[in-house]
Amino acid sequence: MYAFINLLSAWMIPAIIAFIPLYGAFRKVPVYETFTEGAKEGFGTAISIIPHLVGMMVAISMFRASGAMDFITGAMEPLLRYIGIPGEVLPLALLRPLTGAGSLAFTSDLIATYGPDSMIGRIASTIQGSTDTTLYVLTVYFGAIGIRRTRYALKVGLFSDLVGFVAAVFICLYIFG
Amino acid sequence: MVNWIWLFFIVISVVVAAATGRMDAVTQAAFDGAKNGVTICFGLISILVFWMGLMRIAEDAGLLARLARLLSPLVRLLFPDVPKGHPAMGYIMSNMSANILGLGNAATPMGIKAMQELQKLNPNPDTATPAMCTLLALNTSSITLVPTTLIAIRMNYGSVNPAEIVGTTLAATAVATIAAIALDRWYRHRQPPLAPPTAEQPLGKQEHRSAGLLRSRGSGKRPAT
Repeated sequence: MYAFINLLSAWMIPAIIAFIPLYGAFRKVPVYETFTEGAKEGFGTAISIIPHLVGMMVAISMFRASGAMDFITGAMEPLLRYIGIPGEVLPLALLRPLTGAGSLAFTSDLIATYGPDSMIGRIASTIQGSTDTTLYVLTVYFGAIGIRRTRYALKVGLFSDLVGFVAAVFICLYIFG
Repeated sequence: MVNWIWLFFIVISVVVAAATGRMDAVTQAAFDGAKNGVTICFGLISILVFWMGLMRIAEDAGLLARLARLLSPLVRLLFPDVPKGHPAMGYIMSNMSANILGLGNAATPMGIKAMQELQKLNPNPDTATPAMCTLLALNTSSITLVPTTLIAIRMNYGSVNPAEIVGTTLAATAVATIAAIALDRWYRHRQPPLAPPTAEQPLGKQEHRSAGLLRSRGSGKRPAT
């Protein structure tokens, strides 16, 4: 099963890269010209995201460096322990919606410290794998098209992160416990 | 809300830094963060240019339209306000498929393309439409079948069974996605989107919240899903 999954993920991207132009040629699309025509848009889109991402990354980076994150974690840890959640994974709940690279680094650190097959290692892996970086996704997707009023999108994203975190913890405790 | 979160992060950081004496670190972090943001965007250039080129072929060849038709009932349920056969549907489908298959760097360009198509349907270009919010909800909770990065990390640290988290991850991500869709639905019905205020609405606000919810579901102009 594991070998099959590995093989599948190794073949998926090249298969798609070959299949799309092949299908295009079959349907008489001038594949190379169409590719360059579409690709032109990519540059402008990436550049238009810069201001949004810089703004977000500055705020998140300051927040982490100031120690505010540790403060919040420290305050909440006893409460979590009380309901049976290992406090070590709490920073991950706060990091995960904010920074993909930061939470991945933290997850690797937990896995290195407690071992991949420990309960903490399993919970951390599950949390990291089960949701995406909400603030990043919001910044990039809405930044690319210039949306300023995001309405309820952020609330929905953060709520689902919270649900995902709680679900990950209790599913792991139940399955591996 | 983004405005407040942003302001909160910056002000709290400075206040906490003042209390803990980490002012230098916070200053450094501000500039590192800015640099990081630009670096990420530069990394995105190659990915966006490449996938947007490839996706244009898929669009012109009619592949996206086919993909959209394939799972049309599901997508119509989630995006009732996107007209049938609109190109946004194809991109939404390819974005969802890329997420499910764990093709992270393909999912982002497709999602952005989908957003750009949805923006063409937006009467109010600086405000997110309900369809955009739904697409965002799907992407933030991102259903992934196989979390390849994590399996690799677990392997690195000598796990006996690196893939044992596939099942738990899938279960957790399914719960998170269902929660996201449910809340998104709830907001959609609670705030009639982009419709100019009608004479009925002030009355509705005085009613009990759940009564208002039922009422807007029952008499909404949008077909119930």
